[in-house]
Amino acid sequence: MSATTVSYSRFLRTARSIRIPPVYIFLVVIFVIGGVLDQLFADGQIFTNPNILLNIIVRSVALGIVAVGQTLVIVGASIDLSVAYLISVTAVMSSYIMQGEPANVPKAIFIVFAIGAVVGLVNGLVITKLHVNSFIATLGMSLILSGLINATFSNYTGSVPKSFQYFGYAKLFSMIPVAIIVLIVVVIAGWLLLTRTKFGSHLYGVGGNAEVARLSGLRTDRILIGAHVLCSLTAVLTGLFLVSRLQSGAPWVGPDGIYDLESIATTVVGGTALAGGKGGVWGTLAGVLIFGVLDTVFNQLGVNPYLKMILRGAIVVLAVASYTYRSKKEAA
Amino acid sequence: MAEGREDTAKKRNQQETPVLEVQNITKHFPGVLALDDVSLQFMPGEVHAVVGENGAGKSTLMKIMSGAYIPDAGKIFLDGEHVTFAHPVEAQQKGISIIYQEFNLLPERSVAHNIFLGREPSRLGMIDIRRMNEQASSVLKELGMEKLISPSAVVSSLSVAEQQLVEIAKAISLNAKVLIMDEPTAALTYTEVQLLDDLIKRLKNRGMAIVFISHRLLEVFQIAEKITVLKDGRLVKTVMKKDVAPADVVFLMVGRTLDHYFPPLGKPEEFGEVVLRVRDAGNHFLKGISLELRKGEVLGVAGLQGSGRTELAQALFGVTPFRTGTMDLHSKAIAIGKPNKAIKNKMGFVTEDRKSEGIAPRQPIRDNILLTVRAIESIFGPIQKDGIKRAPKLVPMLGEQVDIRTDSFDREAQYLSGGNQQKVVLAKWLASEADVFIFDEPTRGIDVESKASIHDMIRDLTRKGIAVLMISSELPEVVGMSDRILVMWDGRIAGELPAKSSEQDIMLMATGHKGSKGEKSAAA
Repeated sequence: MSATTVSYSRFLRTARSIRIPPVYIFLVVIFVIGGVLDQLFADGQIFTNPNILLNIIVRSVALGIVAVGQTLVIVGASIDLSVAYLISVTAVMSSYIMQGEPANVPKAIFIVFAIGAVVGLVNGLVITKLHVNSFIATLGMSLILSGLINATFSNYTGSVPKSFQYFGYAKLFSMIPVAIIVLIVVVIAGWLLLTRTKFGSHLYGVGGNAEVARLSGLRTDRILIGAHVLCSLTAVLTGLFLVSRLQSGAPWVGPDGIYDLESIATTVVGGTALAGGKGGVWGTLAGVLIFGVLDTVFNQLGVNPYLKMILRGAIVVLAVASYTYRSKKEAA
Repeated sequence: MAEGREDTAKKRNQQETPVLEVQNITKHFPGVLALDDVSLQFMPGEVHAVVGENGAGKSTLMKIMSGAYIPDAGKIFLDGEHVTFAHPVEAQQKGISIIYQEFNLLPERSVAHNIFLGREPSRLGMIDIRRMNEQASSVLKELGMEKLISPSAVVSSLSVAEQQLVEIAKAISLNAKVLIMDEPTAALTYTEVQLLDDLIKRLKNRGMAIVFISHRLLEVFQIAEKITVLKDGRLVKTVMKKDVAPADVVFLMVGRTLDHYFPPLGKPEEFGEVVLRVRDAGNHFLKGISLELRKGEVLGVAGLQGSGRTELAQALFGVTPFRTGTMDLHSKAIAIGKPNKAIKNKMGFVTEDRKSEGIAPRQPIRDNILLTVRAIESIFGPIQKDGIKRAPKLVPMLGEQVDIRTDSFDREAQYLSGGNQQKVVLAKWLASEADVFIFDEPTRGIDVESKASIHDMIRDLTRKGIAVLMISSELPEVVGMSDRILVMWDGRIAGELPAKSSEQDIMLMATGHKGSKGEKSAAA
């Protein structure tokens, strides 16, 4: 009996040292409630069919990748509203350049990443050097990208070669979708970046208190610009993933997926403070999975799509309210 | 042999050269001469306190020494070498660290992350977290704090005193030769001050020069060896602690001539019945507050920063209400839980921070004046241009009464001078027909002419039977205006003094040296 208590307390200590964000409790609760509702009112596949679980994650890949980037800029007390149209630009440009030819793939990938880097750089420069509020700066960028892409392309343009669809559809050992591996790699990279590198540590400093960061000798502008570039690159990666699934890019894929607002919502639901300086990518991943679970549950139950929106909105607000309520109680 | 002698000579010489010296430092701000030809020396292994009233120039001097401000004239010498700092980081790298009153820590990050922010031990951009934590704990160990604070603890989970220790640890890890502390004891409890005292002794023995800014004389006399008094930007005197008594230092701090005219005080026959009575009230900050405020008098409240002056006003007005005790307003027991109720019961609050709490800067003067009446009128009432239904010409009438100098009441309040803005705030409360006024720093940041007219106006209010509670950090104002004076210290009322009491008596009470309640709590 004492052995079990020892191992239990060791388990507790380990669990605490990993610091699992509390949002995972919320994720599990929503999953269980959804699963029970599914058992009662639908065919009960959520608990019985493992493919549904995989499907939830695959659906989450596009949002998850860009949400990791969004988490970086929000930790730096900034925000990026231009990701949705950057996703569109990436999807359209890459399929336009590829034109179904495998030989064009490297060129296309290089060009869209270069576009992403430039967009992130401009966002960062406008925010840090021109001192434009990040909300306005990236909203402006979003409008500019939307104008450019809609003026140039009006429908599905070009196509991706079969080989490129590997990214979207292939499975390793005919079991684990490659897309999930990509998502996990991006999340782990984001986590290592934030917790193990100087850049990450300094980004928390800039977001937590820019003046403290400045007085500690950090080059705050460069750090924030770096975060914006990385965020734009994750949007490009999401765009590439989407186009590999859709086989061709259209100007509406980004805004239709609401990737700008949903990446912000999942980041905040995951416990990253909009004010910056606090949070991390594991919480964001939970936020993304919560959205994925909700979608699946609503689909299983055949919930009206507008009611779906209402419930999603309510859940985002409740989750964030629970954070501020708790921190207020701690303060008192 | 010869070399050895030279070495000892050098060593002795080093002990006698100041580690930090400022010469003829002058600094102007728009309209103010913050520092006027100040020269000072700081020796290694010495605790040197710099004291003075608000606005004496203490903070400006500290900011110049730490590189946050650049002086207009004068030189800084570090170890006898002339240095200039363009940025605080330069001063830090040369061995001058400063701990500000408001902490410069990242609350959501660990202790180690904070200590080594920007200097994290790393390889190829990856932080070596284990090494960073080890280095942090060895710094904490040097301070004897390793049992108190874990390097991986999140800063927001620490107490104020512990956070201060983290700041000190950061300074140590920067190999500071000079440690400047701005009001380090302001937020600390009695035992925590003892802890800080021990720590400062330890740092002193390592040969660090410690500069300690404070206006809490009790602790200055406990911790410092040398005391420099600043007044109005000028150096008054540097004294050794063993040669002086606290009263001498207080005299050096406040001894000045009154160069400002105040209206005559109230006459006893003008004071009416008690309108506000508070018995044994308190909240998380205030303890055992009892006071009476009579019609027609100005009750002055003095006290140092952090003594609870503003908290008292906020409790009376329901911003952060009292949790215990009783309060009678107009001889009726009342509990004021929020400002709306205070306004309905004819209380007015002229706040300390005019910009953020007093006026709505982008609103016209007219709407600013009507803010309080509109708050208690029916929200469905029609909006009238110059007033409300029962008083359609309220705005021009009050504007004339308080003498707002403007061409139009449609002008946005932000374009008025500080004095005129304060008059708008006054008009706002006159509009609500308040008969108990609380003033918090009524003339802070206002030019001399407007100051006098605001003082006249406060006195006019009391002539009309209005009761005024006036909080001020400017002792001449307290002495010049008050019919009675309450002195606050440590969240309590340390005692009451009669009209025309000397600034020295107020200061002694406000620093915890006199006053029955104050002394008891210091011993506890």
